[in-house]
Amino acid sequence: MDPKLLTIEALSVHFHLPEGVARAVDGIGFDLQPGETLGLVGESGCGKSVTALSILGLVQSPPGRIEAGRILFESRNLLRLDAEGLRRIRGRDISMIFQEPMTSLNPVLPIGRQVAEPLMVHKALSRSEAMAEAAAWLDHVKIPAARKRLDDYPHQLSGGMRQRVMIAMAMVCRPKLLIADEPTTALDVTIQAQILSLMLMLKSELNMSVLLITHDLGVVAQMASRVVVMYAGQVVEEGRMTDMFDQPFHPYTRGLLKSMPRLGDRRAGRPPRLNEIPGTVPSLIEAVSGCRFAGRCPHVFDVCRKQQPDLFKIGAGQRARCWLKRYPDRRKPDA
Amino acid sequence: MIRYLIKKLITLLILLGLVSITVFAVLFVLPGDPAQIILGINATPESLATLRAELGLDKSFMGQYAHWMGNLLLGQSQQSIHYKMPVYELIRDSLAVTGPLALLAMLFALAISLPFGIYAARHQNQAGDVVVMVCTQLGLATPEFWFGILLTLLFSVQLGWFSAGGFPGWSTDCWGSLKALLLPAFALGVIRASILTRLTRSSMLEVLSEDYVRTARAKGLKERTVVYGHALRNALAPVLTIMGLQLGQLLAGAIIIENVFFLPGLGRLVFNAIGQRDLPVVRDIVLFMAAAVVVVNFLVDIAYAVIDPRIQLE
Repeated sequence: MDPKLLTIEALSVHFHLPEGVARAVDGIGFDLQPGETLGLVGESGCGKSVTALSILGLVQSPPGRIEAGRILFESRNLLRLDAEGLRRIRGRDISMIFQEPMTSLNPVLPIGRQVAEPLMVHKALSRSEAMAEAAAWLDHVKIPAARKRLDDYPHQLSGGMRQRVMIAMAMVCRPKLLIADEPTTALDVTIQAQILSLMLMLKSELNMSVLLITHDLGVVAQMASRVVVMYAGQVVEEGRMTDMFDQPFHPYTRGLLKSMPRLGDRRAGRPPRLNEIPGTVPSLIEAVSGCRFAGRCPHVFDVCRKQQPDLFKIGAGQRARCWLKRYPDRRKPDA
Repeated sequence: MIRYLIKKLITLLILLGLVSITVFAVLFVLPGDPAQIILGINATPESLATLRAELGLDKSFMGQYAHWMGNLLLGQSQQSIHYKMPVYELIRDSLAVTGPLALLAMLFALAISLPFGIYAARHQNQAGDVVVMVCTQLGLATPEFWFGILLTLLFSVQLGWFSAGGFPGWSTDCWGSLKALLLPAFALGVIRASILTRLTRSSMLEVLSEDYVRTARAKGLKERTVVYGHALRNALAPVLTIMGLQLGQLLAGAIIIENVFFLPGLGRLVFNAIGQRDLPVVRDIVLFMAAAVVVVNFLVDIAYAVIDPRIQLE
């Protein structure tokens, strides 16, 4: 029996645009144990969200197309399922919450109905049973006077409340896997903390796995036990959360960590300056022969530009896609 | 909701008042003396003066307007010069034709445009979508009277299913009257459906790419529920707006189609009244047409509020 809940193998998702083929996701792979929280990290446009949408078969097609790979959920390849098979999994075994609570709820339907819908579809509950359970869930995600708010519309709620509604909606069928795509990005910081602790509480209560997609390493540090770092459609490093924070290997991961602003990070006599990774993500349309990070990497050398590195094993459970593993002497001191 | 309704109702009344003044003013400044037209060029000045006094034409602008509006509000309308009967009755009789015709036409338009528009949006850029789009293009380019004539040729002349024109009257032959309206309503409906189909398609396309539609899919809802339960209601607002305008116009009478099918509707009535310089008829019908548009828009506003709960706040 495979202990893994979700395994993604060599997944490639391409977008066929008028300008050319954009390789949004290019041969990525990782897995997720039951009850584990995995952080999927990277900057905008690196393919995090597309990966998440592929799991549920929600990549818009056209222009998107899943070109290769397997997505195994409880040993079943989701990419082989027909539309109806996938539909039965969505919202029941795998739920998803999205970045924008403002636009992710239907503006013309009352929230009670929106939360109750998965129960009616997947658990065949009657409308009144589903509404009663929806009210219980809204109460559980700490929406004040939940029973009275069933008939409220999304515009009558604040951003944080809407995200709570989204979470309740994702939880009603007690999924085994929750995909959270930037769940706190659109919220202000105090609300962020509340939503994260709510997610932690529900996770331990339902013993579900969480795939947490974010660009915010602070969120990852708070939630995840393992981290996968993506860059330009590829996995560039993965490992346990503690290892990644203590001894990141890939120059990109290091850059990400360094670019996190810290309190009290002020050098004598100079105003604090945020560190950035110079340059921008390469176009996903042009074919790159070498390492995709070569253009921005402070340690770049000739091999990097010629050949793409594999994911090399760094330590227990830690892997990085970087030639520095083979040529450790090329690493420049603290570039 | 109540406050929204009251606000809209007040706007409606003000609009109707303004419309009545405008209609009256335009016809007031129009050259031509109705009394002269009625009595002919050989009339004596005395008989002209008598008739003017009879018609109230000797009063001031405000006096004439007050006379007209007062009578309208009391439910008494003026006599038609040509038909020698109250304008109110003329309008009522024509509306018995034009009203059902307009509603039937909109029913046809809706029954065609919603399914095809939704279908085209869901199959964007596929063969079915292209076929639908080409058909709507044809529909937009087709004059409705010509389409009406084609329908008559096919269904009345060739197949003999319908009479080629005329209207038996609801009290004499109910089924026959309905049948008489089917072809013209279809002609009117198909042409209007072309615009509505394109509108439904583009509105649906926009809504289908919204985040909340993705959420609905992520919940595992059936595609039917996603499209009809979640997307359609959001996509309806622009369609409703245009539908309202079209219905308002149709209630004002489809002059050409009514002439093609010999239907005694509002369009024919106003067409003839203008030719006969039948001022009271023209004035009341124009006011009615304007009021129809305003009232339909009022109904559309209410429909908005029913569809979209956010509107009541604004």
